[in-house]
Amino acid sequence: MASRHEVKSPIPGTFYRKPAPEEPPFVEIGDTVAEGDVVALVEVMKSFHQVKADASGTVSGFPLRDGEPVTAGMTIVELD
Amino acid sequence: MPIKVVTAGIMTTIQDLGRPGYYHLGIPMGGAMDRLALRAANLLVGNDEGAAGLEAVFVGPELEFTEDSVVAVCGAELPPRIDGEEQPTWTALDVREGQVLSFGFLRFGARAYIAISGGINTPPALGSRSTYPIGSLGGVDGRAVRPDDILPLGQASGGAKPGTSVPVALRRLPGSDAELRVLPGLYWHRITEDSQNRFFDDTWKVANEADRMGYRFRGGQQLEFVPRKQPYSAGSNPSNITDACYPYGSIQVPNGAEPIVLHRDAVSGGGYFMLGTVISADMDLIGQLQPNTSTRFVKVDMDTALAARTIRAGILDEIRQSTA
Repeated sequence: MASRHEVKSPIPGTFYRKPAPEEPPFVEIGDTVAEGDVVALVEVMKSFHQVKADASGTVSGFPLRDGEPVTAGMTIVELD
Repeated sequence: MPIKVVTAGIMTTIQDLGRPGYYHLGIPMGGAMDRLALRAANLLVGNDEGAAGLEAVFVGPELEFTEDSVVAVCGAELPPRIDGEEQPTWTALDVREGQVLSFGFLRFGARAYIAISGGINTPPALGSRSTYPIGSLGGVDGRAVRPDDILPLGQASGGAKPGTSVPVALRRLPGSDAELRVLPGLYWHRITEDSQNRFFDDTWKVANEADRMGYRFRGGQQLEFVPRKQPYSAGSNPSNITDACYPYGSIQVPNGAEPIVLHRDAVSGGGYFMLGTVISADMDLIGQLQPNTSTRFVKVDMDTALAARTIRAGILDEIRQSTA
């Protein structure tokens, strides 16, 4: 039985699923990620910070839409 | 005996109370954005209030101690952990040789001040250890701390009393809907009466472009300017003026669109009109605002500003007594 894991943003700012507007998202639902893979960007203080998965698993959900505000400790990617 | 930086967070800088006296030469005063929090942290660990500590934005560093020390974390609710075990903020904490100080996720505020008994003892630049990264002044080689940096400590006073806390009522932080008090300034007449009122009526939000130089706000209505023939050397945009000095706390609104409050590492002059200045008592609060925080500007007069400064000084006195 797979356990659920939530990847949280360590920083507040704006959440982005893509490395750049014209590029595909880092990960999609159903993708397998390894610990350390970049799963999102958070923009704050005029720079973009990579958020990396702190566990491996299969992406099962994104609680936030691309471009939404995020606070520190908020879940940005759900893994099964 | 130094501290070893294991990880550095996203922007952790050495800060003291800054280097006033060079702003007219273009060098900002720098120093902690939340001065009260840095002072409180230093008092808890038995340091001079102006000793150098670390200012960590949103994310804390991991620090390994090579001698027994006392630390305190004040300002943002960034929960400290010693060897993984969570500890209270605003409290003098014993750390033993070999232990690691790390941090959990930020719960409130934006900047945590980490004071260590003895203070950080990097070489001062122009009278201060504060880091001014753009000018490569102070700090560690003029930059933010990095993994593998070794931070020297001064001689501890021995005056720290582990377990001492700053009373909750004295932990000054902005509300989750922040209010910043503003004294209208020299160029207030440049915007229409309607815009003057709207600036204070509108609810603004902290933008992502908010750092030690300045805090940008968005979400309020465009400001309209009183028409005039632009004076000699002012640009053609109605938000331009003949170049002038920019005070700490002044609010410029380029193009009338998004107000920017200048903070500790600000540029010292330029050609944007300033509608007013955030009062000195509220500048610490700006340093604790996260992006997207709802903010209202509240119009005050000089008497109110001076009274607020006296009240803030009283809070500091109470912190001094509570940690003595």
